[in-house]
Amino acid sequence: MSAPAATRGHILRGVAPHAGSTAYINARIVDPTADSEYAGAILISDGKIADFGPNLFASGAPYGIASVDCRGLFLAPGLVDARVHTGEPGEEHKETLESAGIAASVGGITSMVLLPDNEPPFDDASLIEFVARRARQIKLANMYAYGALTVGLEGKELAEIGLMAEAGAVAFTDADHAVGNAQVMRRALYYAKGFDALIVHLPQEPTLSGGNMTSGIMATRLGLSGNPPLAEVMMVERDIRLVEMTGGRMHLAKISTAESVRVIAAAKARGLRITCDTAPPYFALNDLAVGDYRTFGKLVPPLRAEADRAAVVEGLRTGVIDAIVSDHRPQDQDSKRVPFAQAEPGGIGLETLLPVSLELVHNGHLSLPQLFQRLSSAPARLLGLPGGKLAKGAPADLVLFDANYAWRIDRPDFWSKTKNSPFDERPVQGQVMATIVGGRTIYRHAEFAPVAEGA
Amino acid sequence: MPRLPHLLGIEGLSPETISGLLDLSENYIDQNRSLDKRRDLLSGRTVINLFFENSTRTRTSFEVAAKRLGADVINMDVATSSVRKGETLLDTAMTLNAMRPDAIVVRHSESGAVNLLSQKVNCTVINAGDGQHEHPTQALLDALTIRRRRGSLEGLLVAICGDVMHSRVARSNIHLLLIMGARVRVVGPPTLMPTDVDRMGVEVHYNMRTGLKDVDIVMMLRLQTERMQGSFVPSISEYFRFFGLDHEKLKVAKPDALIMHPGPMNRGVEIDSEVADDLDRSVIHEQVEIGVAVRMACLEALIGDRRNTIGAAA
Repeated sequence: MSAPAATRGHILRGVAPHAGSTAYINARIVDPTADSEYAGAILISDGKIADFGPNLFASGAPYGIASVDCRGLFLAPGLVDARVHTGEPGEEHKETLESAGIAASVGGITSMVLLPDNEPPFDDASLIEFVARRARQIKLANMYAYGALTVGLEGKELAEIGLMAEAGAVAFTDADHAVGNAQVMRRALYYAKGFDALIVHLPQEPTLSGGNMTSGIMATRLGLSGNPPLAEVMMVERDIRLVEMTGGRMHLAKISTAESVRVIAAAKARGLRITCDTAPPYFALNDLAVGDYRTFGKLVPPLRAEADRAAVVEGLRTGVIDAIVSDHRPQDQDSKRVPFAQAEPGGIGLETLLPVSLELVHNGHLSLPQLFQRLSSAPARLLGLPGGKLAKGAPADLVLFDANYAWRIDRPDFWSKTKNSPFDERPVQGQVMATIVGGRTIYRHAEFAPVAEGA
Repeated sequence: MPRLPHLLGIEGLSPETISGLLDLSENYIDQNRSLDKRRDLLSGRTVINLFFENSTRTRTSFEVAAKRLGADVINMDVATSSVRKGETLLDTAMTLNAMRPDAIVVRHSESGAVNLLSQKVNCTVINAGDGQHEHPTQALLDALTIRRRRGSLEGLLVAICGDVMHSRVARSNIHLLLIMGARVRVVGPPTLMPTDVDRMGVEVHYNMRTGLKDVDIVMMLRLQTERMQGSFVPSISEYFRFFGLDHEKLKVAKPDALIMHPGPMNRGVEIDSEVADDLDRSVIHEQVEIGVAVRMACLEALIGDRRNTIGAAA
C-alpha cells in the first residue's frame, strides 16, 4: 500500500518483536483503570507490560535496556474499537482488512472488532476464523469479529451463536440492522445467556427508520424524508424489557438521543445488564452537517439535533454511555456522489477517533483517564478482550500521542482506501505519535523518531 | 447585488432580487401578448432542458421561454430513456457540460439532485423542481400572478392547502411569501404536514374552516395519486370531503380571494371543477401564461447580456 501524498508517518510491519525489554521513559502515563494520570514510565518485556508507574526509572533507564524517550508525550492503553466495517470479504475496493489495519494503526487503535455485515455476512464459524487468519498475516492491530445474531442478518432465524463463539466471535450482532421482531430478540437473549454471550444491538424501530435524516426543521427545509428521533428510544425501551425478562446481557450501539440516554441510565440504576456506546458523529456533529445535501453526513442512525448531541456528551461525562466506537464504514465515490436519498450511509472513523474524541477533554467534559475508559478499558472489558488497560502481564498495546498537536483533517491525507469522513476539513487537536501492539511499534509519526529503539 | 450563478431555490434570495426578477418578467407579459413575440436577447446561447422526471408543462414553458429569447434549446427527457437513477446523474451532467451549454434547466425526482449537479458543471443551472425541495420558478410565477392582481405581496394572508409534506411548490412559496412580507398558513391533514413546518414561520391548520378564514389567496396543491389511497389519507372521497376546495369551504375566505393551483389539477380530489373554472376567482390559467414570462426573465437574468444587474438598485 502506498502512503498518502502528505505522508505523516510510517507503518512498520516487518519489524520483529523486540526480543528483550524496552523502557518507555519520560511519558505522561494515562491509566484508565486506576483513573489516574502521572509522569512515569512503562517497561515492556516479551510483548507484555512488565512494570509501570510514576517512580519507575525516575533516574533514567538502567544500562542494558533499550529505552524510548517519550519527551513528555502521553502514553495510554491503545484504543479498542468495537465497531469497524471493512469491505473484506465482498467489497475490497472500499477497504480491505489490511488497509483498515493500517488506518487503525495510524489512529492509535490496537484492537478492532469487525462487524459481520459483509458479503457474505459472518453468520458461519469459518468466517470468524477467516478474520483471525487474515489478522495474523497482516500483523498490525489485533482483529476480532462479531458473529451475526441472525442468519443473513435478516432478523428471523438465530445464527450458530455457540459454534461462532467457539471459533472466537467476541459477541453477536446484526450490525446496522435492528431486529424488529421482539420474539426473535427474546429468544436470542435467552439462547445467548447459555453461552454467556453478549448481544450488541443497534436500537432503531425499523418501521419508523426508513427516512434519510432526522426529522425536523432541517429535513423539512431540505425536502428529505425524516426518521423521528423517538424511533431509537422506542427500541431501547423494548430491549430493556426483554433483558429484564430473560436475564440476558445486551450492549446498545450508537446511542444518539437524549431520551435514550435517560432511559438507559434508569435501566442501569435498576441493575439490568445493559451497556451502551456512541460514536464521534453523535457527540461532535449535529444535523446541520448535512446542510447542502452533504452525503458524508449521511449516517445510521442519522445525525441528530443539537439538544441530542449535548445529551450524548453528558451521557459520556456521567458514564451512562460506557464506550466510544469509531463506527468506521468506508464508502466509495459512487456510493456518495449521488443525490442524498440514494447515497449509502456511513463514514470512515479509524483515523479520527482519537483526535475528535479528545475534544471532550479539551472542552472540559472528560479527564484523559475518563476518555481512555470510554476508548480502551471499557470496550475491552465488555467484550472480554485482553488489551485496553495497564496491568502487569497485560499485552503491551499502547498509544503514544500529543494531546495538543493542532492539525486539520483533510481528505487526501487519509490512509483508508475511501475518504468519506463526516469530519473532513475539521480542525482538531491531538495526534498519534506511535502505536505499539504486543510490544511492537506498528506506526510511528514522522515527527517522532526515537533515538534508540531496538529496530 | 451578488451575482446569481444559478437559480437553485428561493431560500436565501433577497427581496430586491425577487422584486427585480418580477419587474423584468412584467415586460415579457406584454411582449408575449403581442404578435411579434420574439426578442433575440439570448441569440447564440444554448439552453438544455434536462428532465429526469416527466413534466410536459414545465418543460414546454421553459422551451417556449428560451425560444422567444432566441436561444437554441435542446430537450433531454432522461425519464423516458433507459438511463438508470443516481449514478448516471453526474455522468450525464458532465457529458452535457462538455458541449458548452450556457444553461441547463434540470428537473429531478430527488431533493438536492440539482444542487449536486450545479457543483459539477461550469454553466448556469436552473432548478425546474427537485424532489420535495424547491421549485423556484413556480414560486416566482405565483408571486407575479398575485402582485399583478393585488399590487403587492406585503401583508397578504395566503393559505397553502393540501399535501404540503411532499410539495416542493409549497416550500418555495413559503420561502418567497415570507421574504416578501406576506403571512402564510399551511392547511391539510397532519399526515401531510412536514415535521416542524411551523418553525419555517407559518401557521399550521388541520381544517379548511379555520385555515381559509379571511385569507386573500388560496393556493391548492396537487395530491399525488400514489398518496391518495390508505397510506397518508384513507380515500379520495374522504380527502375531498374535508380538504377539497369547493364554494362551500371558500365562503370563509375573503370575498375576492384568488384561487391558484400549480397544475396539473386532480378535479374532484383537491379542487372542485366549479371553483377551478370560476373566472371571477380562479387565476389558474393566468399562472400558466405568467410562467413563460417569468422563465424568460430568469434566463435573461442568468445568462443574458444584462445578467448580474437584477436588483442592482439594492
